[in-house]
Amino acid sequence: MRKSSCRRGGTPGKTEDIRMKNEEEASERPDNTAFTQQQLPAWQPVLSAGIIIPGFLIIGLAFLGIGIALFLTSQTIQVLEMDYTGVEKDSPCFRCTSPSNQTCTCEVTFSLSTLFTGPVFFYYGLSNYFQNFRKYGVSKDDYQLTGDTQYFKSPRDVCFPYAHDSKNNPIVPCGAIASSMFNDTFELYQIINGTKKKVPLDGKGISWWTDYNIKYRNPLPVNGSFASAFDGTVKPINWPKAAYELDLTDPNNNGFLNQDFLVWMRRAALPQFRKLYRRITEGDYATGLPAGNYSLTVYYNYPVLSFDGRKKVVFSNVSWMGGKNDFLGIAYLVVGSLCVVMSVVMLIVYAKFKFSDDDDA
Amino acid sequence: MLRRRLNRLCGGDENRVDSRTIYVGHRPCPDTEAFIPSKFCDNRIVSSKYTVWNFLPKNLFEQFRRIANFYFLIIFLVQVIVDTPTSPVTSGLPLFFVITVTAIKQGYEDCLRHKADNEVNKYLVTVLEDDRSVKKESEKIKVGDVVEVVEDETFPCDLILLESSREDGTCFVTTASLDGESNHKTHYTVQDTEKDLQALTATIECEQPQPDLYKFVGRMHIYKAEQEPAVRSLGPENLLLKGATLKNTKKIYGVAVYTGMETKMALNYQGKSQKRSAVEKSINAFLLVYLCILISKAVVCTTLKYVWQSKEGQDEPWYNQKTQKEKDTNMYLKMFTDFLSFMVLFNFIIPVSMYVTVEMQKFLGSFFITWDKDFFDSEIEEGALVNTSDLNEELGQVEYVFTDKTGTLTQNNMEFIECCIDGFQYKHRDTQSEVDGFTMTDGVMNKLHQKAGQEKEELFLRALCLCHTVQVKEPGSKEALTDQVDGIDGILPQLEEERGFIASSPDEIALVKGAMKYGFTFLGLESKSMKIKNRENNIEEYKLLHVLNFDPVRRRMSVIVQTKSGETLLFCKGADSSIFPRVKPEEVDRIRMHVERNATEGYRTLCVAFKQLSAEEYAMADKGLSDARLALQDREEKLIAVYNQVETGMSLIGATAVEDRLQEEAAETMEALQGAGMKVWVLTGDKMETAKSTCYACRLFQRGTELLELTVRTLEDERLKRQEKLYELLQEYHRKAVQDAPPVKAGVTRSWSANQDYGFIIDGATLSLLMNPPLEADASQYKSLFLQICQNCTAVLCCRMAPLQKAQIVKMVKNSKGSPITLSIGDGANDVSMILEAHVGIGIKGKEGRQAVRNSDYAIPKLKHLKKLLLAHGHLYYVRIAHLVQYFFYKNLCFILPQFLYQFFCGCSQQPLYDAAYLTMYNICFTSMPILAYSLLEQHIDIEILLDNAALYREIANNAMLRWRPFLYWTVLGIFQGLLFFFGVRFLFSNPALQDNGQVFGNWSYGTIVFTVLVFTVTLKLALDTRHWTWINHFVIWGSLAFYVFFSFFWGGIIWPFLKQQRLYFVFANMLSSVSAWLVIIILILLSLLPEILLVVLRKPRGPHSRQKKPSQSNVGGNQSSQSSARPLLMRTFSDESNPVI
Repeated sequence: MRKSSCRRGGTPGKTEDIRMKNEEEASERPDNTAFTQQQLPAWQPVLSAGIIIPGFLIIGLAFLGIGIALFLTSQTIQVLEMDYTGVEKDSPCFRCTSPSNQTCTCEVTFSLSTLFTGPVFFYYGLSNYFQNFRKYGVSKDDYQLTGDTQYFKSPRDVCFPYAHDSKNNPIVPCGAIASSMFNDTFELYQIINGTKKKVPLDGKGISWWTDYNIKYRNPLPVNGSFASAFDGTVKPINWPKAAYELDLTDPNNNGFLNQDFLVWMRRAALPQFRKLYRRITEGDYATGLPAGNYSLTVYYNYPVLSFDGRKKVVFSNVSWMGGKNDFLGIAYLVVGSLCVVMSVVMLIVYAKFKFSDDDDA
Repeated sequence: MLRRRLNRLCGGDENRVDSRTIYVGHRPCPDTEAFIPSKFCDNRIVSSKYTVWNFLPKNLFEQFRRIANFYFLIIFLVQVIVDTPTSPVTSGLPLFFVITVTAIKQGYEDCLRHKADNEVNKYLVTVLEDDRSVKKESEKIKVGDVVEVVEDETFPCDLILLESSREDGTCFVTTASLDGESNHKTHYTVQDTEKDLQALTATIECEQPQPDLYKFVGRMHIYKAEQEPAVRSLGPENLLLKGATLKNTKKIYGVAVYTGMETKMALNYQGKSQKRSAVEKSINAFLLVYLCILISKAVVCTTLKYVWQSKEGQDEPWYNQKTQKEKDTNMYLKMFTDFLSFMVLFNFIIPVSMYVTVEMQKFLGSFFITWDKDFFDSEIEEGALVNTSDLNEELGQVEYVFTDKTGTLTQNNMEFIECCIDGFQYKHRDTQSEVDGFTMTDGVMNKLHQKAGQEKEELFLRALCLCHTVQVKEPGSKEALTDQVDGIDGILPQLEEERGFIASSPDEIALVKGAMKYGFTFLGLESKSMKIKNRENNIEEYKLLHVLNFDPVRRRMSVIVQTKSGETLLFCKGADSSIFPRVKPEEVDRIRMHVERNATEGYRTLCVAFKQLSAEEYAMADKGLSDARLALQDREEKLIAVYNQVETGMSLIGATAVEDRLQEEAAETMEALQGAGMKVWVLTGDKMETAKSTCYACRLFQRGTELLELTVRTLEDERLKRQEKLYELLQEYHRKAVQDAPPVKAGVTRSWSANQDYGFIIDGATLSLLMNPPLEADASQYKSLFLQICQNCTAVLCCRMAPLQKAQIVKMVKNSKGSPITLSIGDGANDVSMILEAHVGIGIKGKEGRQAVRNSDYAIPKLKHLKKLLLAHGHLYYVRIAHLVQYFFYKNLCFILPQFLYQFFCGCSQQPLYDAAYLTMYNICFTSMPILAYSLLEQHIDIEILLDNAALYREIANNAMLRWRPFLYWTVLGIFQGLLFFFGVRFLFSNPALQDNGQVFGNWSYGTIVFTVLVFTVTLKLALDTRHWTWINHFVIWGSLAFYVFFSFFWGGIIWPFLKQQRLYFVFANMLSSVSAWLVIIILILLSLLPEILLVVLRKPRGPHSRQKKPSQSNVGGNQSSQSSARPLLMRTFSDESNPVI
């Protein structure tokens, strides 16, 4: 272990002790405490080879262990990624890319050769999309989103130019983030003998618990009607429907508490990101997607080509470490082996120096 | 300052002329033109800087004059004006904090000053006004008022003494609060003034106020009815200074001549010029580098932003459109505001808190010096004193030590050793063993060879008894007027026969005591008559006619006395060089040998001469002296001329030798300093021989040291003129010491190998010749030759130096190549100039008053304390502050670098990576305390080891820890870690689904992970550097990490109503729920610290090795010191053997 030497405070000689007693009354005499004399007992660690080498070895081995575990776990995670932007002419969604096509659906098919173990998580991904623009990021009104109807009439300045429509009606929810909410929708079917069997998609539990339960609040219904709480406001320009119509089937998933909305409102860190769309946890598919052919119907609404963006869908299952990420496992393996190698090198160096030390002594 | 200038102005035109006229008691005088009540300052002392009204603007103005504060103010204003990424609070809050704390501190200090001012200004004094005594507040005293002062009161303004309650028209004064001299000084009333002050009509003409405490010239015109006005000269002996205290005198009356801010005390109350440490210069250099980094970062980002935006679709994607206003803004204006925004975003790289921390470290750190009990001296009951805390680290960087000799190297505790009367040596022994018939009451005079004649002996002893300015301390109520024993500081009552004496110079006391041992006792001076008890116990009385005061130019003093029988005698004592030319040459030869031998033995020698004045001679001298004293202009010069005229044709009667004992451990201290690589220069006003022997005794010169002498004596040459000889010698020495010598390794001055040591000796006259040669062109060449020689010598002795020359030498070395750090140490008023000149000035709380202490940066009781002050405190402070500075730059570099890198991933949109709270708190709370604790408590090497092994001091010489190399190392480390933090998390976020429930993390999670890694890494980096873990370090390091975690939970755990955006809500908690985040944090911390650990380990083989070696290495020095301390200070034999003096 570390060679630690503890020092006792002060080593006053006998004469000094006596003198001190004599002059304790002297007001000018400095306090003779360990602190004032800079003699506080101290632990003086010496990073000697004796502790460093085994330390490195232990850390290295531990890291190797974690690394292997991480790497193996990461390998077991299945991921299926499909770009559906429709840039290539032969891609199924190519026709939806023309601006003239207002409501467009396209169908992406894929087949699984083995069981895709559940629960399967269904993500959508965007690239070259800067949710981390500074102006974009601040362009929302948290007071609105906590259901404070006072702020419906007068959105914060930061929401400009997404605060009012052309008739100067206030937009709720205001701001660039809300306005640019991702609005492609997907339906997944398994094709069994030519017939489509709908795979149930679970839209709950995709957003942070605290976002859903605490941070975002809907306005209280006015006269029992949720929609009338939004009276005098208009929907964001790009939205096909107003906030109170986001999910008419489930009042708990409506308005600002719509989980797709919440997911979108948590800004991505990097311009290439994915967000959780649905989970596949129900019915026959609770254990995963069995091998077979599938068809994904895309209601193609969201334009990305203007800024050279890409859209994709990702199916993935997760482990204790989250989604598939080889980086962490590899990093641990590298650092772990580095530590082990270093400890061996140091052992050799140290042995050499130790001998020379003995020679000196 | 401003106030003072204003006050000057309020004196009006009166001040423009060279002298002022004062009407005593405001009574108009006949024969002058119309009585104009002149306007002078009132007697208000204003030492405070602020008033209630101007405090805020003035204080703010002064604070923002500091470049750093101004910079932060600009950043703050930019944040307020321009739409910037971070709220103005992030930089406004720390700035506000710093400014407020400073303002409170300064306000408090000023409050104390106001209080002190008021105490002085509202003090009630008695003023004689129209035949009545009126009590007045001190501030209302006007020039011309007649003021009454009673015993133990301080004078409220500068007064001319008119009347004293003592019969002889004198009063006693201590000026302890002015110049620290605690002895009683005698001041005199103006001669022949009326006893009845009411009837006195007089004007005083005197010079305008000037700060020199010891100079005053004036003239008093006394008008009497139907008589010619009498004129009396006024000198410093008539002037009572504000701040001095009346002693031993019941009361006095005086007329105010200078009041308020024009008093000499107020004029002397000037703050010393601020000294700045070399570390501060390094900080400024680093700051410049970081400013460049900052600006280039901002430029890069701005450029990239516009390059990136020029691509189609990037500038304004449909989801992030600009407002109309933004679209309309001029592109260049936009670029400029973008640039400013980036500056604001990255400005944290230059932290406000560094200045605060450095200041706090210096302020708090200096307490350890005052607290150190090793600096406590039981004799004077005082410890070290720190006058400025700005220079702590400079103590660890000293390269040149300039030391005074008397009182610093030596104790200034004089002891009469022997005397030589008429060529015969008399040595005093305490023991009575060698009695040879010369035994007196309490001393033995041991005549070694032969006795001088009885008459000569007695004349010599009388001379010793009479020729001085010593006062006898009155032990009881000897004098009718003295009704109490006033504390004569520092001198405890002694035995009755060991009478207490008070004198301005300790050798005078030694001489008087010496005479006492031989039977002649000085009993005291009473109304101009000196009493002596001679060997037969008879009282002899002499009338003291004149004292020709000592001054350093003449280097002698004389008294003129009249014996009972009416003979007028002049006794003169002084340095041999100043006496010998004034006596008969044949007398000199007999005594010179003794004087020189005594000098080489390290004694201070004085020669005593006398002369009998005939009546005519005396009359002439008396007139000359009186005239000169009356002169208004050039009084000094005239006096000296008269002195020189009187002090001629004397006959030499003997010489004295007084031993000035070495200070405790003076030699060990000097050795340690030299071992630490410092060059010690002794600057003294003393004789060369005496100084040289002190140098030998202190082991500055060793046995093998070859002395290179450049003195008046060596310059004497038949063939050549002095100037040419000087050049020749310089050349020769340069060849010897510089060219032939093997190149000296940097920092190593004293090599223990066979290398020849050189010592250099120069005297004042030669120095002035060297500094101001007749040909201007030679000056720089001489100087550089001289400097080069000196730099290659182990020790340099400069003797016969005037105070200003001392400062000149210090200045020359200070400004030489490489601008080495200089330290001056001295104890007397004559050292003040060099103390002020050097980088670090150290005062010794010695016996020569407190002036040196007051002007010093640090004051210590004894020379021996210098060793610990430099080797331990200085070393530690330097290491601490250097580490503090480097660490601060490092931690802010790796703090801001990820933020910079993030700009490449957010379209250079100035998106901050960290939350505003983190940006603000990082330097204030999360990482400030550990480094502060480190910089106060770190002892990378134990104090004992530092003291034992002076060579360790060399390791940090030349600002070793703040050079560009270590700075580069820290910068590279910061960059490495910053890159690691950012890209480590970047790769992790290639899949932001980091939780086991598949949910994704956003940008604030990203920033928080980076920030967590950052805080832990920089704190643990400090932990790795800490070699001395006290409980405080543990508490602060682990405490601040815990505080970070606690704060993050707290900050993210509540919806803060005052925040417009709840960005961090539960971000930290969510982060901790992700295993991947944990794992990435751990690996990044480890990976960042790995190089550091490896470096420590790889350096290790040398580490313990050298540490084990340290004791053995120090044995080299240790052996020597033990060997040398074992033998008594045999300086006689030592110097005789090693250095036969001519």
